[in-house]
Amino acid sequence: MDQNPAFPETQHQSVTFPQGLTLDCGQHLAPVAVAYRTYGTLNAQKSNAILICHALTGDQYVAERNPETGKPGWWEYLVGPGKPVDTDKYFVICANVLGGCMGSTGPRSAHPDGSGRPWGTDFPQVTIQDMVRAQKMLVNHFGITRLFAVIGGSMGGMQVLAWATLYPEAVFAAVPVATASYHSAQNIAFHEIGRQAIAADPSFHGGHYWREGVRPERGLAVARMTAHITYVSEIALTRKFGRKLQHAEGLSALGDQFAVESYLQYQGSSFVQRFDANSYLTITRAMDLFDLAADHHGVLGDAFKGARTRFLLVSFSSDWLFPTAQSRAIARALNHVAANVSFVEVQSDKGHDAFLLDEPDFHQTLRGFLAGCAEHAGLA
Amino acid sequence: MSAPRKIRVDLELIAGLVAPGSRVLDIGCADGTLIDHLFREKNCDARGIELDMEEVQRAVTHGVPVMQGDADTELVTYPDNAFDYVILSRTLQAVEKPREVLAQMLRIGTHAIVSFPNFGHWSLRLQLLTTGRMPMTAGWNRMWYETPNIHPCTISDFFALCKQDGYIVEDWLAADEQGARTPWRRSRRLANLFGEQGLFLLRKA
Repeated sequence: MDQNPAFPETQHQSVTFPQGLTLDCGQHLAPVAVAYRTYGTLNAQKSNAILICHALTGDQYVAERNPETGKPGWWEYLVGPGKPVDTDKYFVICANVLGGCMGSTGPRSAHPDGSGRPWGTDFPQVTIQDMVRAQKMLVNHFGITRLFAVIGGSMGGMQVLAWATLYPEAVFAAVPVATASYHSAQNIAFHEIGRQAIAADPSFHGGHYWREGVRPERGLAVARMTAHITYVSEIALTRKFGRKLQHAEGLSALGDQFAVESYLQYQGSSFVQRFDANSYLTITRAMDLFDLAADHHGVLGDAFKGARTRFLLVSFSSDWLFPTAQSRAIARALNHVAANVSFVEVQSDKGHDAFLLDEPDFHQTLRGFLAGCAEHAGLA
Repeated sequence: MSAPRKIRVDLELIAGLVAPGSRVLDIGCADGTLIDHLFREKNCDARGIELDMEEVQRAVTHGVPVMQGDADTELVTYPDNAFDYVILSRTLQAVEKPREVLAQMLRIGTHAIVSFPNFGHWSLRLQLLTTGRMPMTAGWNRMWYETPNIHPCTISDFFALCKQDGYIVEDWLAADEQGARTPWRRSRRLANLFGEQGLFLLRKA
């Protein structure tokens, strides 16, 4: 890995696959590094492994302090000893996605041409399926032939669906949460605002910002601000901020007059400290490209033909980014092939973010579902 | 989750109609008690649909595969002959289109098991005759303007529908309010008068 003043490198646990992998775009990417964390103990039969898939800006630090931000693991409500995903029982794996910036191969990794420069915008466009293929190499590396469960929310949920369609035999139970089988026009539109904001930042330098030792912080912050609005519900924003003023004295069009503005600016500025702009471009595009039905002649059910995986779909009532209707459509497609489906809409007013927050109904549901599956898998 | 749990008498009666090891869909399965029972006691691959989200959550929390959905709209999403038995227990009278639901049940399953409260029971007839008001009993206990039971029928009505739509009644019986078997089995007329519930096992002709 090259050193660059703009990107202080943290060492992440990873495994490198020199043979690499052939991507959906046709390009062969080698070598491929997959950064990961594990929790709990793999049993002798290697039958108790759960893979957690992270969302757009998530990482592998699912159940421990993130070494870069110092914040707790992003799913500590859910993953840990005695938690719904119980690390006393299960061996939990979480990997940074291909194209990410937390140790897995991505735009920030060294270009294999030996020049020492990073891939940058030359990094091939990866897909959700490519991310899953990289995870599969990691799972194989552990000698695991069948995962007991694959669990993920939002983009993580897309990966769960991709797992269930690419490697149905390797997934006993699948839990796609707050997700969809395709990225809607509205979702793509919001992503495009973010990408345009990054591209419009003078520090972007056509994606070669590392050369200048700068980062397109303004653009990336605006991208994050826009995205953040889509993660929360109107009611949650109103409850938190209402029309509260930040600075009552004086009036100006720019600057944080309202509390909600300074909140968003904080969200934006803290994000740029930990995320690479080119990774953001790559991963948002991967999400936009996701359309499971399109890969199966427009029939979503065909993606799951013959599926023996047990599914739990979860949506949140106030999620307008990945609304319940999207999860229901997946449930129906699974019914179409008589798959084993549980589907729950959790009542929450917290919007899309609810999947990351303290939602006891969701956590109880997941705990029970896993317990039931463990019994069917002979793990109980 | 180990020792066989005691289940409601009417559910036990239904479970008795299901062959071991079969594929079962329970529509309106509530908290999934019957599904769990069929899995544990009969080794069935059973799952359910339930309208009430709280019940769905209760079921899934107990490890029972249930999806939230409406019988009137969800059944069309299943393929033909996906199940050996499709069960609709005490729900037929509450769906929007009972005839269509029944047709869907026998499309996606080779057998349908249907139970419903019998509106032909003598006490209902007597109440209507003597008071001129909609009857109220233990089973029919909501006022007409708020009852979810929008399509009441009698055991005789149900036999007529089966005949009309060409379903074979493989087995049937009348039951009391708790769902226990009653002795009116061999006379349809008496069953219609004294049975508080009808339970039918149907298949396509």
